[in-house]
Amino acid sequence: MIDERKLDGNAIGGLLREVFAMEMTAARGTCAGCGAVNEVGRVHVYVHAPGTVVRCPDCEQVLMRIVRGKGRYWVEMTGIRSLEFVEG
Amino acid sequence: MASLYFDVPDWQGHLAGQHVDVRLTADDGYQAERSYSIASAPEERRLALTVERLDDGEVSPYLVGELRAGDKLELRGPIGGYFVWRASEQQPLLLIGGGSGVVPLMAMLRHRALAKGSAPARLLYSSRTFADIIYREELEGLSGVGVFHTLTREKPAGWSGYTRRVDAEMLGEVAWPVAEGPVVFICGPTPFVEAAASLLVGMGYPAPSIKTERFGATGG
Repeated sequence: MIDERKLDGNAIGGLLREVFAMEMTAARGTCAGCGAVNEVGRVHVYVHAPGTVVRCPDCEQVLMRIVRGKGRYWVEMTGIRSLEFVEG
Repeated sequence: MASLYFDVPDWQGHLAGQHVDVRLTADDGYQAERSYSIASAPEERRLALTVERLDDGEVSPYLVGELRAGDKLELRGPIGGYFVWRASEQQPLLLIGGGSGVVPLMAMLRHRALAKGSAPARLLYSSRTFADIIYREELEGLSGVGVFHTLTREKPAGWSGYTRRVDAEMLGEVAWPVAEGPVVFICGPTPFVEAAASLLVGMGYPAPSIKTERFGATGG
């Protein structure tokens, strides 16, 4: 059953630019769970939770959670072992 | 459905496939923000967005119904570095769009035409009905692009295109052979994108050559 609410990393390009101050959808992230390497544009994204939940498209482990509110960002990314991207 | 054209001061330029975030701010400070794919080619002077009106949406009814020529809008972008295509790329291009998912693919086709890209291109475009087809006449006039339509909810008299959901047989007829190393862009509602991408992977197309962009079931 496909969750129609599932989006992908393209949908949070603007949010990630706020956090990282650069274009991130072509960045390559390594999942800390299964080791899969995926471009951020490919990862699964759920925006209907309180905040944004980013999951590995290979094993569905949570890669990142981002909550924005009251003038603050809260970024949790223990599920990402590394992020590789070109200099902006 | 409406195409909106904007003059954007200090626009830095964009790549085909990118989107912008449109932010509306109410008098009381409440903000609503939505992403819209850019429909225009980088070579065009004005930025075009094609917006589907969703009746229960917060942003699209305003953009389609209330925005007037001369009004100002807050845009952020361009955004995206993954779902982008440059006309300098040589590999055969396969574009697969469902509904309004055709918008960023149209930007790629317009870019290909204006930049005189030499990559052979095909578009497989799924719409519910004939009336739902966006850019129909413009697509007919594109040179050097194979355009294949499928309709999922009706079969008009005299219709020569497909009339079913995208399946392996259809992809077998439309897609460039695996051996030609095509690059594939799929955009549309989540179930459409996932079905088309899995079919292609099952047919032997390498997953990294297939780029996808999902439009949510909710939006607006």
